[in-house]
Amino acid sequence: MSSPTSSTNPLLRAWYDKETRSVIVQIIAAALIISFFAYIINNAVVNLSNIGKDINFSFLWDNASYDINQHLIEYSSTSSHFTAMIVGLINTLLVAVAGIVLATILGFLLGVMRLSNNWLTQKIAYVYIEYIRNVPVLLHILLLHGLIVSSLPRPKGSYNFGDTFFLNNRGFQMPSPDFQSLFLIVGAFIVGGITFAWWFSRHAQKVQDETGKAYPVAIINIAAIVLLPLAVYFVLGSPIEWDVPALKGFNFKGGMVVRPEFIALWLALSFYTAAFIGEIVRSGIVAIDHGQTEAAQALGISNSRVLKLVVIPQALRVIIPPLTSQYLNLAKNSSLALAIGYMDIVATIGGISLNQTGREMECMLIVMAIYLAISLIISSGMNWYNNRMQLVER
Amino acid sequence: MSETQSNATTDLCIEIRNMNKWYGDFHVLKNINLAVTRGEKIVICGPSGSGKSTMIRCINRLEEHQEGDIIVDGTELTNDLKNIDAVRREVGMVFQHFNLFPHLTVLENCTLAPIWVRKVPRAEAEATAMEFLERVKIPEQANKYPGQLSGGQQQRVAIARSLCMRPNIMLFDEPTSALDPEMIKEVLDTMVSLAEEGITMLCVTHEMGFAKKVADRVIFMDEGEIIESNTPHEFFDNPQHDRTKLFLSQILGH
Amino acid sequence: MTMTKQTYAPGTHPSLPPPKNTIGVTFWLKENLFSSATNSIVTLVSIYLLYLALPSAINWLFIDATYVGTNRKDCAPDGACLAFIGERFNLFVYGFYPAELRWRVNLATILLAVAGAAVLWDKIPARKHMLKFALAYPFIGAWLLSGGLGLEPVGTHLFGGLMLTLTIGVTGIVGSLPLGILLALGRQSDLPIIKYFCIGFIEFIRGVPLITLLFVASTMLSYFLPPGTTFDLLMRVLIMVTLFASAYMAEVIRGGLQALPKGQLEAAESLGLNYGQAVRFIILPQALKISIPGIVNTFIGLYKDSTLVIVIGLLDPLGIGRASVADSDWLGLSTEVYLFVAVFFFISCFGMARYSLYLENKLNTGHKR
Repeated sequence: MSSPTSSTNPLLRAWYDKETRSVIVQIIAAALIISFFAYIINNAVVNLSNIGKDINFSFLWDNASYDINQHLIEYSSTSSHFTAMIVGLINTLLVAVAGIVLATILGFLLGVMRLSNNWLTQKIAYVYIEYIRNVPVLLHILLLHGLIVSSLPRPKGSYNFGDTFFLNNRGFQMPSPDFQSLFLIVGAFIVGGITFAWWFSRHAQKVQDETGKAYPVAIINIAAIVLLPLAVYFVLGSPIEWDVPALKGFNFKGGMVVRPEFIALWLALSFYTAAFIGEIVRSGIVAIDHGQTEAAQALGISNSRVLKLVVIPQALRVIIPPLTSQYLNLAKNSSLALAIGYMDIVATIGGISLNQTGREMECMLIVMAIYLAISLIISSGMNWYNNRMQLVER
Repeated sequence: MSETQSNATTDLCIEIRNMNKWYGDFHVLKNINLAVTRGEKIVICGPSGSGKSTMIRCINRLEEHQEGDIIVDGTELTNDLKNIDAVRREVGMVFQHFNLFPHLTVLENCTLAPIWVRKVPRAEAEATAMEFLERVKIPEQANKYPGQLSGGQQQRVAIARSLCMRPNIMLFDEPTSALDPEMIKEVLDTMVSLAEEGITMLCVTHEMGFAKKVADRVIFMDEGEIIESNTPHEFFDNPQHDRTKLFLSQILGH
Repeated sequence: MTMTKQTYAPGTHPSLPPPKNTIGVTFWLKENLFSSATNSIVTLVSIYLLYLALPSAINWLFIDATYVGTNRKDCAPDGACLAFIGERFNLFVYGFYPAELRWRVNLATILLAVAGAAVLWDKIPARKHMLKFALAYPFIGAWLLSGGLGLEPVGTHLFGGLMLTLTIGVTGIVGSLPLGILLALGRQSDLPIIKYFCIGFIEFIRGVPLITLLFVASTMLSYFLPPGTTFDLLMRVLIMVTLFASAYMAEVIRGGLQALPKGQLEAAESLGLNYGQAVRFIILPQALKISIPGIVNTFIGLYKDSTLVIVIGLLDPLGIGRASVADSDWLGLSTEVYLFVAVFFFISCFGMARYSLYLENKLNTGHKR
C-alpha cells in the first residue's frame, strides 16, 4: 500500500516537500508583513503632509525655552531640546539605578522576613507585600508624593541633622563635595585596594585548594578597599572641601539638594518593586528541595555555610530570571514620573518638548528607542549572569 | 512500485539501507541495515544510549535521518509530507510514557485519529474503539479519563488507540519501562496476544522473557550499530560478539 | 520531673496527648515570637513600631472620620473626610454615563459575571451553550454599553470610573487572547521569519512603558490610519491596550505550551494527525488550561494598569477622584481620595488574586494522578 503520489504535478510536489513548503510560507509571511508596514507608513506620511508636517529631527537643536528643576549637567532655558533630552535621560537613569539598588536590598530583606520563624515578622512582611501588590503603582507614587509634600516643613522649620543635613519640602539638602587635587592619591589607593582585593580573592582560593588553609577574605578585602583609603584620606588632611548648605532668607544656599519629586519617585518605585522581589526571593529559596539542606547538614556543614554554599547558589538560579523582569518593570515604571513633576525622559522630550514643537512622531520614537535600549542592556546583563550560573545537565 | 502478490517470506514491509543519523556532530546511528518481512516480530535490545529508540523513531519520521534510505510499505521516507502522512497512517507507535491525551476520555483518545485522519464516521469509530478496548480487556474504562487509570491500564489504552488506526506495523518504544512491576505482566500479555494475530512488530524492550516467547528475531544494538541479529534461540544460547555476551551477562545476571 | 513509666503490651499502646509544656498559648508565643534573644528583640521592636504607627492611623481613618456630609465644611478637621464617597459614588462607578441608561451598564456587568463563570467554572450546567454565550459576550457587552442598533447611542467620552476600568480590562484580555495564541505559536515555530517577527513584536512591546503606547494612541495612532478615518479616543486606547496585553499573553501561553510534555505532540503525529489538527485538538486545549492562572494574573495586571489612562485624559476611578478633588466642594482632599481608590483596588485585586491562587491549586491537583 504505497502512494508516491506527488510525482506528477511539480507545484504540488514543491508544496508537499517540507523544506520548500517552509520557504514558501515564509516568503508569503514576509510579503504580508512588509506590505502592512508599507501601508501604514504611507498613511502616516500622507496624513502628516496634509497638515504640513514632515519627519525630521532638526528641532532637537532649537532652544528648549523651558526650565528643568533637576539637572545633573549644565542646563538652562536657552539650551537645546537635545540637551533637555540628555538631562531627562540622566534623570531617568538616576532614579532607575537608585531604585534597583534599594529595591533589591529591601526585597531580599522582605524575602528573608517572610521565611523567618518569628510569626510577627512574617506577618508584617506578608501584609506589606499584599498591600503593595494589590494597589496600582501610580497610586503608590501619588500617595507617597502627597505624604512627603504635605508632611515636610518649610525651609525655616527644616529637620536639622547636625547642621549639615536638612530635610524640608524643597528636598533633602546635603553638603556637596569639592574634590581637591590631593584626593587623587586617595583615589589611587581606592583603585589599588580594589585590584588587590580581586587578586587576593583568587590567591586565597588557590591557597585553600592546595593547603586547605582559609584566609578571612571578606575582612581583608574590606580593609583594603575602605579602611586603608580612609586612613590615607585623614592622613592627607581630608582633601575634600564640603560646601555645607545654610539657611539664607527663605531658602538654603550652597550644598546640593535632592528634590522631593526624586525622593518620592525613588522610594515609591523601590517600595513597590521590593514587594515583588520579596516574593521572588521567597519562592526561590522555598524551591530548593529541603533534602539539599538535610544532606549538607548530615555532612556536618554549619548552617551559615549550608546557606552560602548549597542553598543560595541554587536559589539564585531560580531567582535571577524573574528578578530581571522586575528590574525592567522598575525602569519602565519610572516613566510615571510626569504624574508628580519629576523631569525624566518622558516628561522632557516626550512631554514639554513634544507639546512645544508638535513633533509627536519624532519625540515618541526617541523615547521608545531609549527605553528599548535600557531594557536591552538590563536583560543582556542578567542573561550573561544567568548563563554563568546554569546547571550543567546531561 | 506497485503492490505485488503478498509473499510472506519475501514481502518486505520495512527496508532500511545504509542509514546514518547525526545529532549535530554526534554520530548516533551508524550504517543501519535492516529488512523486516511482513508479519515478523523483532525485539531490539541494547544498553542505554545505543540508539535503539532513535532507530525506530526514524521509521515513523519522529526523527529524520541524514543518509541512507528508509522504505516503509513501499513508500520512501523523505521530506515529502504526503509520504510522511501516508507512512504514519500505516505505522502505530506505543511510547514509554504512554502519552495519552489527558483532556479526552479513553474512548475519545481512541476515536480522535480515525475520525480526523481516516475520515471515519463517529459511530463506526466508536464501534472500532470498543472492539479494541475489549481486546485489551478494559472496555469498562471507556468513559474514564486517563488520569483515573493505573499505569498498566493506560498503556493498554495506548495500544488500543494505535490499533484503532488499523496499522500494518506496530512500533513499541520500551512500553513497560515506566510501569510498576506488578503491571508489566498485563501489558506484556496484551502484546503477546497481538503478536499471535500476525501483525508486524518492532519492539524495543529489556523484557527477555517476552523476546524468547514471541520474537522471530532479536537484534542487539550498541553505540549506534547493529551488532548482532539472530533467532532468540541462537541469540541467547550462542551470542557471537563480546559486547553481546557482556550485555547478556549484565541483564540476565540478577 | 518524674515521668510515669507505664508499660503496655505490644499492639495496645494508646495514643496519648503530648506533654503540657509543648502545647498551648504560652508555648506558641515562646516558639514563634521569643525563641531566641535576637528573635525577642525583633518582636519587641516590631511591636513598638506598630504601636507608633497604628493607633493614630486608625484614629484618623475611622474614629474621628466624618462619613456623611455634602461638602468639605461638613467634615471634622481631625478626621478623614469620607463623606465625599457617598456623594460621588455614582461618578466613581459609572463615570458620566447618563443616569437613566445606567441599567445597561448593570446588565452588561451581570452578563460579564455569567460569561466569566462559564469560562472559569467547569461544573456549570449546559457548559457548551454557556461557552458559546461567553464567545458572543464581547459583542453583546459592547452593544449594551455604546448603543446603536436599537439602543440609544452613548458617546465613549462619557465612559468613566469603574465601568471604564472594566471595559479596558475585559476588552484587553478578550482581544489579546487570539493574538497571544498566534504570537506564542509563531514564537515556537521553526520558520525563522515568523519566529523572529513574533519575538521582535513581543520584545518591543515589553520593552517600552505602557504610558508611551498610550501617548501613541492619543496623539499618533490616527496618522497611521487611512486619511479621513477617525476613531474615538477610547477605541484607540482599546486597540493599543489589546496589542500591549497580547505580548504578555503570548508569554503566558508560551509557558503553557512549554509545560506540555513533548510526547503529546509526538503521539498526535504518530497517529497521523497533521500540525493543524494536533494544535487544535491536543496542544491548545491543554496549554490554555495550564495557562489559566497566568491569564487571570495578566487580567489583574491590566486592571491595575488601566489607572494610567488618566495621563491621556480618560477618567478611571483615580481620574474621577482627582477631578473631584479639584471641585470646590471637596478641595484639598487628595489623601482621602487616593486612599479610597487604593482601598477599592486593594479589595478587588486581593479578591481576584486569591481566586487565581485557588484556580492554580485546583489545576495542579487535577493534573496529578
